[in-house]
Formats: sequence, structure tokens, C-alpha cells
Amino acid sequence: MGQSFLQIGVTLCIVIAIVPVLGRYMARVFQGERTLLDRLINPIERSCLVLIGVGSKDDAYGGKPQTVGEYIRAVLYSNLCMGTLVYLIIFYQRFLPWNPNDFDAPSWDILLHTVVSFVTNTGQQHYTGETTLSYFSQVAALGFLMFTSAATGLAVGIAFIRGLTGKKLGNFYVDVTRAITRILLPISIIGAIALVFCGVPQTLGGTLVVETLEGRTQYIARGPVASFEIIKMLGDNGGGFFGVNSAHPYENPNGAANLIETIAMIAIPASLIYTYGIFAKNMKQAWLLFWMVFVALIILIWVTVTGEQQGNPLVNGTLGLEQPNLEGKEIRLGWVETALWAVMTTATMCGAVNGMHDSLMPEGLFSSLSSLFLRIIWGGQGTGTAYLFTYLILTLFLVGLIVGRTPQFLGRKIERREIILASVVVLIYPIVVLIPSAITLAYPLSLSGITNPGFHGISQVVYEYAAAGANNGSSLQGLDNNTLWWNLSTCLTMFAGRYIPIIAILLLADGISRKPKAVETAITLKTDSLLFTAATAGLVVILAMLAFFPVLALGPIAEGFKLAAAS
Amino acid sequence: MNVAPTSEGKSSRFRPGVEGTLPSHRRPTLKKAKINRKKLYIRAMRDAFIQMHPGYAVKNPVMFLVWLGTFVTLVFTIAPNLLGPSPENHPHLFYGLLTGICFLTVWLANFAEALALGQGQAQADILQTTKSEAIAKKLAPDGTICQVPATSLRTGDTIYLVAGDMIPADGKVIMGVASVDESVITGETVPILKESGTNVASSVIGGTHIISDELIVRITSDPDQGFIDRMIALLAGTKRSKTPGEITLMIFLGVLSLVALLVVATLPAFAYYVESPVSVPILIALLVALIPTTMGGLFNGISIAAMNGVAQFNIIATSGEALEACADITTLILDKTGTITFGNRLPQEFIPLNGHSLEEMANIALAASVFDDTSEGKSITRVAQSLGGQLDFDLNQALGVKFSEDTRMSGTNFERGHKARKGAVTAIKEFIRLGNGQAPPELNSVCEKISQQGGTPLAVCLDEEIYGVIYLKDIIKPGICEACQQLGYMGINTILLTGDNLITTSVIANLAGVNDFVGEATAEDKVSIIHTEQTAGKVVAMIGDGSNDAAALLKANVGVVMNTGSQAAKEAADIIDLDSDPTKVIDLVSISRQLVVTRGALTTFSLANDITKYFLIIPFIFTAAHLQGLNIMNLSSANSAVISTLIYNAVTIPALIPLALRGVQVKYLQTNQLLLRHLLIYGLGGIIAPLFAIKFIDMLIATTGWG
Repeated sequence: MGQSFLQIGVTLCIVIAIVPVLGRYMARVFQGERTLLDRLINPIERSCLVLIGVGSKDDAYGGKPQTVGEYIRAVLYSNLCMGTLVYLIIFYQRFLPWNPNDFDAPSWDILLHTVVSFVTNTGQQHYTGETTLSYFSQVAALGFLMFTSAATGLAVGIAFIRGLTGKKLGNFYVDVTRAITRILLPISIIGAIALVFCGVPQTLGGTLVVETLEGRTQYIARGPVASFEIIKMLGDNGGGFFGVNSAHPYENPNGAANLIETIAMIAIPASLIYTYGIFAKNMKQAWLLFWMVFVALIILIWVTVTGEQQGNPLVNGTLGLEQPNLEGKEIRLGWVETALWAVMTTATMCGAVNGMHDSLMPEGLFSSLSSLFLRIIWGGQGTGTAYLFTYLILTLFLVGLIVGRTPQFLGRKIERREIILASVVVLIYPIVVLIPSAITLAYPLSLSGITNPGFHGISQVVYEYAAAGANNGSSLQGLDNNTLWWNLSTCLTMFAGRYIPIIAILLLADGISRKPKAVETAITLKTDSLLFTAATAGLVVILAMLAFFPVLALGPIAEGFKLAAAS
Repeated sequence: MNVAPTSEGKSSRFRPGVEGTLPSHRRPTLKKAKINRKKLYIRAMRDAFIQMHPGYAVKNPVMFLVWLGTFVTLVFTIAPNLLGPSPENHPHLFYGLLTGICFLTVWLANFAEALALGQGQAQADILQTTKSEAIAKKLAPDGTICQVPATSLRTGDTIYLVAGDMIPADGKVIMGVASVDESVITGETVPILKESGTNVASSVIGGTHIISDELIVRITSDPDQGFIDRMIALLAGTKRSKTPGEITLMIFLGVLSLVALLVVATLPAFAYYVESPVSVPILIALLVALIPTTMGGLFNGISIAAMNGVAQFNIIATSGEALEACADITTLILDKTGTITFGNRLPQEFIPLNGHSLEEMANIALAASVFDDTSEGKSITRVAQSLGGQLDFDLNQALGVKFSEDTRMSGTNFERGHKARKGAVTAIKEFIRLGNGQAPPELNSVCEKISQQGGTPLAVCLDEEIYGVIYLKDIIKPGICEACQQLGYMGINTILLTGDNLITTSVIANLAGVNDFVGEATAEDKVSIIHTEQTAGKVVAMIGDGSNDAAALLKANVGVVMNTGSQAAKEAADIIDLDSDPTKVIDLVSISRQLVVTRGALTTFSLANDITKYFLIIPFIFTAAHLQGLNIMNLSSANSAVISTLIYNAVTIPALIPLALRGVQVKYLQTNQLLLRHLLIYGLGGIIAPLFAIKFIDMLIATTGWG
């Protein structure tokens, strides 16, 4: 137990240490201040932007600020173009280089699902990478989307923060470019090299065929894993090079690699709150929100770790042991690391796994499902922070009423339009999760490949859609999800769960940015107080519970009671 | 020299109770006492049924959902096995009970609204009785009197009134002095003296009675546009439309209801999968428990009650929006004359200059004021006469020169070209300079002295010679100083904005206790100052009365006009105060904040309740899931848990009606303390209260042996 505390503690301490550094750096990048890489990248970047007609040499920041309509269109069109391009690349992968294993085009539904999954920063895998995609498809198609989808999220998050603090939304193309060139790419290069040192392969060589000691033939899949791996974690994509994701020894060979990957997935979402503090010139609020999310994370980790540590009472009872739950864990990493990872990956909407979530104890399932439902415990790249402030705006509305004031956020009034748009963000998620889940469960035989009856079956189905809608992408792997129904329905969930909230938060930010700023007086409600932060946490939990308490009760909670009763 | 005693006698002209005693709004109004409470409740009970009409019910989406639910459970009560065999033991009884409770919930919500409406209606009815089919004596241009029905009177008509008559419409006294009983509106039984000329006492209100003497009145409002008519419309709620604040909150409640609807609609699939099917009426029960019915039910009642509350202070808010805006006021701009001081300034002292005697000066002052029928002119005339002033000219050959904003003086032109004038010192100086006269050297120092005492100097001259200066004293309305202090506590910055000279303004500002002042402001300046404040992000309320305030009143976020104010100002304003008492802004802000707080508190309570109710019902709904571990309150059975939760849900509405109609008391704590207090009471309280209340109802049901 002591060691598990130490492992979790060290990881979290590193996170706390990274947040101010990365947060400040991101603020510099997006405020157009000088950064370390300017000399190297600026000339290339500028000429590219001028070439595609986004910016001119005279613009101080490198691009014309876009109106909200232009911004939204830029997001949608660019995503559509990239998605189409990647679809074509994979479809024609047979004719493209780096295909040592001669993979052909996968079926249209899995291909569509894969493309939507990566373009929406979800990284949900219904395919198995090492037996479906060529290296070129992995690196040039999916790897490309991993950068751009993460950058899209980050740009939207930054545009939202800009709007909230009364600035213009900025230019999507410039923000995406800077997100890639200044943040994702440099860190990825360093991280990939570090992973290679940890033993992660980086090669273009085809599958190795070796003869084992028993004289049999074994096929060992490999490829340019390290570079793929780091952006998968850093960009919170989560779709692995191999089907089993970071549980595969080539993706995540040892404790050191595991630590790098854990930190990578939480770094940007956690730091973005700090970046907000710099934009809003209110570090107190940023830290309060940071600690609010941090405490929620710790509670969820605690619940998971407790459940895993007690182990499965049925197994332990039969064997007469007192073992933690080791099913679905990688022993080289240890059960604690999987418990920690399970919460982190659902909290940050990364969706990579280093163990089988399907084998988590009900407590772990409860935690990971709760993280998905809340969507703000760090949340997705950029969007998580935006959702956090959307909830904060709703809290402000309610709390403003309680103290008899029209609510103001950073001096700008929260009115009908803001509440409607915030409600869209809150409403769309239960819609895209509950409705398809209900349909799937209503026709369990014809539609789905649910491998478990009863409560765990509910968890499997809800988890699949919850992860898709929140653009997380992990799943309870027992689910046989490469079917037409699953591919198409999750496609829709991912799509609606990504773009509808993005449009809503951009409109929200734009509306707020154009409101006159009111002065703060002695009676203005302070949003940077512990009390207000606690109220925000309360409302977030209440709204999530309102929508998802029954499925939690019928899924992990009922499973937990059943397990307790059986032992 | 000091003529102050004369001014004291004039105070009877103002509304009694204004001077010295408590400000009028602190007095209990009499209107309320006349309402028959029993009748009110019976009427509300009846109206609650009428409001079940779908066309009406659909206006409140939250309650409409419950209404639809009631209908569905009713269908299942009649045919429990509509969608397969019902899992309950006594489906008719159980579903019947659910239907009954759902119906009760809707009815109680309607009752809350009907009660609030009824209270207003009852007051409106009392006011309505004043609008009897009165016959007015209309004066034709040739002076003849003809009897016409009061409803045929139009703006600009002139009527004659004697003691015992009811004043048929709002108007302005143009001749005569009479005492008027305004108790029907203000609840104040002491009659008020009305006479022409003065701003304060020259306006009469339709529906009030003349007690003594006679008056000639010019009608200032068309039928159904008068003060009482607007008050009736306000109280009866006929012109009620949803305010932005209400709409936003309704959207929020609607979103919560939608989430609940989504959950309930998808739940059967989940329940079916784990082989624990849930019957439709139970789902409806869950839905009703989940949506914010408490707030949804009390929603309209809160707003109506707040508008009634405003009317009780003799304030007319032209819209609910204007009232809501009051909650956010951060800057209050006050006009001086007629707003924080009484409209008629009184001559405190005559100061002769240029070696003239007091009597000589009184003569000229009298000469300059003889045609001036403003309140100032009249009081100057009176004081001048008491000082022995006499008119040396032939009045028949004289001509009055009216005051205008341009000349800023008034006076009389006599035979042989003599011109007597009184007016602003700078204007008079200019006047004598044109006649090659010289201002006496001590003029400036005298004027300065008067200004420093908070008075206004008025120079008096005949032709090119200044005879002296009249010291006009401003009388600050009582309670202003305390009010400004109170406003300060409420976080509202007060600014005095007036056309008077800077020194006078500063002294008055000091005496009234306002935070800031701007003097020598023109009508345009007033607008631009409000604009500056607004661009600095402040919510500005403006109180004024004059025509020159109209533009500023329109520009301000909230324009409050005194009922004594000019027609233009009244038309521009959002809020009209019958008692012309600026201290009422405090009440306005309080009521408005109370309205918002009540909404917030009940929404929070409702939301917190929902979570607890959810938690209590869910373990019982899925019998196959064996969630008994979640049954922390140890409720006796599934049916009992559902029924008790719904009963609790229904009874919270009547339990909270008094709070909703009275409003949550707003303590002037620091915002954060207020937040903590309300979060604890309504948030935490809202989570804990249903735990015990539902347990209690459950125990009662258990004792009947059913469930």
C-alpha cells in the first residue's frame, strides 16, 4: 500500500509542478509573445500563413482575427477536409508506401468510424491497428489527425478563454498552427526520444517473424511506435498503435514509460486552467478551479484504488487469498498504475488504456464512468476547460439569483443567450449517450455484441457511448464493437458530442466578449472564492447525477452490491 | 430681515407626514386591511381548477409536464394492464393514488399563482370601486358648466370641482385652493391641501375626493390612462408579460426538466435489460420527483407578488423588467429641485444692495413677481408684502415676462418702458450690462455667501440697477440623508446632478449625504453623464421630475419619476412614484433584489430536493437490482417510498407559498456571507429536509399497514 501511495503521490506532484510552467508557456504562445522556438519556426510559419492567405506580414500576431461565424466554419471545414483526406489515404493504403504487411482497405464502416474517431480527438478503436493499417496510414493519416485534432481542441479552448476574458476569438488557423509548432510537436519530439530510450520501438520494418524456442513461428508486430505513442498521450487521442493500446509492451514497456505517458496525458488539460488564469489576470480563480478538479480527481483515484486493492471477493474467497484484483492488469506495471491510469485516462478524455477496464472492480467502473459523465475533471484537450467554465457560468447564474444580482462573469452579464448555450453543452451529452445506449440495450441480440448479461452489460454499453460522446475513446474491451451498428452509432455520438458543444462554446464566448464590462463594486459576487468554487463543484455533480444516476445505479453500483451479496 | 417663519407655515401644503414625521412609505398602508382573506382563498381554489385548462397550463412547461403525467397515470389507473400485466399488487389503488397526488401537485401550483393574482386583483377591485360612473362638471371655453360623464373627459379639458366631488381623472389645479382626501390611494387619512402653481401640490389624482372649497382642474390624462387605471392594470396583472430574468430562469428549469425527461424516457430500456421492468406510472412518479416542480409551481406567484409589493408602496412600475433592473443598480442619479429638495424654494432673506433700503428692494421684488404664478414667485410676493413692499405701478398697463431656460429670469414690463426683473445672478448681470448699468461690487461676495449656505441667490433689478439679492433656500426632503447612507450600504453610489451653481450643489450634496455631485448641468450634460457611467459598466437609475430630465430618464437603465413631475418626464420613466419620495428607491431596490433572491433560493431548494428524492426513489424502482444498500433512510416499501416522495413533492408547494409571496428577506450582509447563508439554508437544507420529511410520511403510511 505504501508503495502505491508513493507512486500516485509522485505522479501527482509532478503534475502540480508542470502546471505553472506549461500553463505560462501556453499563455505566451497564444498571446503571441516571444517564445524559445520563434527564431526557428517563425519564418516558416509566417510564410505558410501568408501563402494560404490567413495572415499578412503586418499582422502582429500573425493572422486576422476571425468573427465567430468564420471561426466555427474554419473549425468545421478544416476538420471535414482533414477527415476526407485521411479516409482516402487509408482507403488507398495498398497503393501507398510503408505497407510492408500489404494491408488492404478496411470495410467502409470501420474506416468511417476510425476517421471520425481520430478527427474528433476521440481515438476510439474498433479496429486493431497492427493488423489493419499500414505504417503510412498510422503515421501520416492517424498521426496527422492526432496532432490536428488535439490542436483543434486547444485552439477552441483558447478562443473560448479569449472570449470569456473579453478579447477577440483570434484566428483558428494561426492557433492550430501555433498549437502544433510550439506545443505539441516540440514536446512530442522530446517525449518520443525519451520513450525510445525506455524501449519503445521506432522502426519502419515490417512484422518480425521469429522462431520460438519450441520451434514454432511467432509474428511480432512493430513499427514507428514511439512517435505515435507520445502524441497519442499528449494530444489525449488515446487510439493506440496496437489494438491493446498502452497495455502492449511495445507501447508501454516499463514503469518509466508509463510515468511519461501518464504525465503526458494530463499535462495540457491541467495546465490550460493556469493559462486561463493568465488570460483573465486572476490566478486565484485559476488555482481554486485547479484544486477543485484536483480534489475530485483524488477522490475518484481513491475510490478506484480501494476497490482494486480489496480485490474480487469471489476470487479471493475461492482461492483463500487476500490479493488485489489482478485480472486485466499488466504485472510489469502493477495494479496501482492501472488504477491510477484508468481514472486519469477517463478524466482527461485521453482514452488510452494500460490494462483492461472491463476487468476493473465496480468501484473502478464507477470512477471511470463518473469521470466521463462529469467531463470537466481536466476534460478533453481545450474543451474540458471550456466545459468547466460553462458549468461555472451556470453556477454563476444560479448563485447570482441567490444573492439578488444579475450574474456577471469577469464583469460581463450572464443572460438568456448564455444560459441557452451553456444548456446546450450540458444537454447534448446525456442525449448522445443515453438514447443510443437505450436503443442498443433494447435490442441486445440483433444490434450489439454485449458479452455480459445484467449490470455489467449496462456498464459496457453506457461506457462505450459515454466515452464516444465525451471524445474519450476508451471502452470496456469485452464489448464486440466492430459491427455496423456500433461503428455508425458511436460515429454519430462522437460527432455530435464534439462539434455541437464546440459551436455552442464558441458562440457563448463570442457573445460574452462583446458585452460591456461592468465595474466590480463591493457587492459584486466574487467568483474567485472558495465558497463559489464549492458551489460550482456542487452544481457540476448535481447536473451529472441528474442525468446519469440511474445508469450508475444499474451499472457499477448494482454490480457492486451483487458482488458483495455473493461473497 | 429673516423671513424664515413664513416658510414654516407653508409646510402644510405638502403631504402631511413628509415634514418631520416618518417618511410616507414607512407608514402602513390601509389598502391591505380591506381584503377579505377567506374570499380570497376560496376564489384562488376555484381559479386553480380553471387554470387546469391545457391552453393555460402549457404556459408553464415544468408544470405542464406534471399535468401530462397526471393524464397518463389516469389512463393507467383505469387500465393498469395496458402495456402488459402490471407488476403492482393493487394497481388500481396505487395508480389512483399517484394520479391523485400528481393532480394535487398541479392544482397546488395553480393555487399559488391564483392566490398571488387574487391578492393583486382584490386590491385592484378596491381601487376599481373608486372609478364609479362619476359626472364631471366640464367648463366650456366660454365659462359655462355642463355635466358630462367622467369617461368622456380628455387631456386638456377643464373641470370645476366643489367640496364633496370626486375628482374624475388625474389633473393639474389651475385655480383655487382646496383640501383633498387621498386615502383611497395612499391610505393617508389626513387631507392634503391643493393649490395651483406649486409643483408638489397642484396635481390631483382621479378617484380622490375634495373635502372643502373648490378647484378648477385641467385634466392631464385620457380615460384609462390615469394613475389609478395604471395601478389597477398592474395589480390585476392584465398587462403582465414575462421579463428577461423570468424567461432565462424558465429556460434553466426547462433544461433540468428535459434532462429528467430524457432519463425517464430511456430508463425502461435499461430496466428491461436487467430484467427489472418498471411500470409507466412509476416512471411518471420518478419524472415528477425529478423535475423542479417546487420552483415551477411557485414561479409565477413570486413575480406577481413582487409587483403587488411594489404597488403597495404607491409605486407604478411600467414593466416587470424595470423592476428587475432595480436589483442591479450601482449608481443612483438624483435631480435636486423637486427630487431631493422640495420643488418650491422659499425666500429665506432679502439682502438689499447698492445702498437701497429693505423696503425699496421689497417694492422691486414685488413688482418683478406680481405676474409670476410659480411657487417661487408666489412666496416672494408674500414675503415682499409682509416686508412692507408696495406696488408703485399701474398693473393694468403692465405686462408679465415669463421665465424661460434661455433668459433664466422673469419679471414685469411697466408703462414708460420700466422693466423689473428677478432671476439668476449671471442673467441679471447681463441684463443690466445691456442697459449700461454697473453691478454693485458687493454682489459677488453676497452671492457666494448664499451659495455656501446651500441657498440659491436671485438678483432683483429695475432697469439697469440691481436692488438686491433674494436668498432662496432649498429644503431637503426628510429622510434623504439616511436614505443615501442606506444606499451606500447597499452598494449604490449616489450622484446629485443639477443645473444649479456649483457652490449650492456642493452644499446640498453635503447636506443630503450623496457621494458625488455635478452642478451647472444642462439637459444634454445629464444624458452624457449617464452615458459615461453606463460605458463604465454601471447600471444607472435616475430620479427626476422636470421636463429637462426626460431625456436623461429615458437614457438611464431605470428612470424613476415623481408623480409631481412633468408629463414628458412621466412618459419617459419606467417607474412612477406617487408620493414623490426619493427614499423609496431603497424599497424599490429591496423588493427587486428580494424578487431575484426568492427565485434563486427556491430554485436551489428545488434542485437540491430533486437530488434527494432521486436518491430515495431509485433503490426501490429496480427491484431486481437489489439496491437496498442505498436505502439509507430505511423506507418501508417501494410503493410507500414513491407515494411519500410525491406527497412531499406536492406539499412543499403550499408550504412555501408564504415564503414565495412574501419574498426571502434580504439581509444586507456581505455578498459572500449572504451566499453562504442562502446556500446553507436552501442548498444544504434542500438536501436534508426531504430526507426527514419523506421518512416521516413513509412512517405514517407504514402505520396504515399498506404498502
